[in-house]
Amino acid sequence: MKEFTVLDLLDLDLKEHNHLQLTCIAGRSGLSRPIRNAKIARPGLALSGYFVGFSGDSIQLIGRAEQSFIDMLEEKNEYENIEKLFEYNIPCIIFIGDYRPSEHFVELAEKKATAILSTPLESSDFSRRLYSQLDEVFAPTMTIHGVLVEVYGIGVLITGDSGVGKSETALELIERGHRLISDDTVKLKSISDSFLVGSGENPMLAHHMEIRGLGIINLTNLFGVGAIREKKQVELSVFLEAWDSSKQYDRIGDALTDTFLGISVPKIVIPVRPGRNVPILIETAARNERLKKLGYYSSKEFDQNVLKWLESEAARRMYFSSDDIGEGESGFDQ
Amino acid sequence: MISKELEVLNRAGIHARPASEIAKTASSFKCDIFFEKENMKVNAKSIMGVITLGATYKTKLLCICSGEDENEAMAALQALFERRFES
Repeated sequence: MKEFTVLDLLDLDLKEHNHLQLTCIAGRSGLSRPIRNAKIARPGLALSGYFVGFSGDSIQLIGRAEQSFIDMLEEKNEYENIEKLFEYNIPCIIFIGDYRPSEHFVELAEKKATAILSTPLESSDFSRRLYSQLDEVFAPTMTIHGVLVEVYGIGVLITGDSGVGKSETALELIERGHRLISDDTVKLKSISDSFLVGSGENPMLAHHMEIRGLGIINLTNLFGVGAIREKKQVELSVFLEAWDSSKQYDRIGDALTDTFLGISVPKIVIPVRPGRNVPILIETAARNERLKKLGYYSSKEFDQNVLKWLESEAARRMYFSSDDIGEGESGFDQ
Repeated sequence: MISKELEVLNRAGIHARPASEIAKTASSFKCDIFFEKENMKVNAKSIMGVITLGATYKTKLLCICSGEDENEAMAALQALFERRFES
């Protein structure tokens, strides 16, 4: 895997509440240093001279308290701990607020080729943003062959053999007002081992589609910006397969699951044959999935209702003789 | 399952036309064919997948074929790479 460098951190294309607002104020030669873990260290103890358990391989975040401590050290001309900090080959140092380090500090950073970044955000806010980005950067990733669409707010991953009609199905879904995230190659990331997020492998190519007979088409130009999305949590996996009359398909709708990167996702298998309207089936599956999220399980509830009905039927039989049931149909209405 | 490293020999790299040649060749075989580059693994039978690899001149791709006609498929793909995707 390609290493994630400090420059990549600066280059992350983030917006609004995710924006890290980082600028590099010194040590440009250190921008190529790799960041190898998703931790953020606060080097307060290290600056005071206690280096036991110091995580020298993480990003160093220097908040206001540490800043005033550095000022104090510099006033007293005690540079020993600061120099020792630089010895650890730390990926980069980030200063919170509008603090600017002293000339001596900058010189040290330049000498050790360590980038110094600055952000106007407050440390709690910044840490939260940075943690969530680092989580994503270091998340386990896999690419799979399939199409990811958002249907009624549910991320649906459509897989199946080549030529089974994944792209055509997605096209029909887009036509019906749903959104495409990526066609053909979907990059899946497991975020904090709890949910899956899918996106296109390459943002330049993601919203294009190859349809047999049409060639390569650009979805954004054809359907508008409302028909696309950058990334989406995968909440349903749909497997399309050629209809096999000898195979038994799920007729009641109880849980099949698919597992990607150790996270399981509800799965449905849709047999495809001419005349079956697969997009409508997927739309219905997505609606059903939303219902499940609200706590309604169509198939389970149906089954419970059937059981209740059978029970009450049995109870009635205890009170009515068989003749009464034959005559008084109206007495049965509930 | 067999795998072999194939090198892109045309100057322009794998753009739309070479990708379509690869997909066409791959689709004519029954076996599953994948290309691997770094941590990416894509289906060779899909044009968009192959383009996504972003393979430039001299890029080495690991080609993996598995299935009944894997040897024929590998030979055909190797020949295609060697003649710089010209049909």
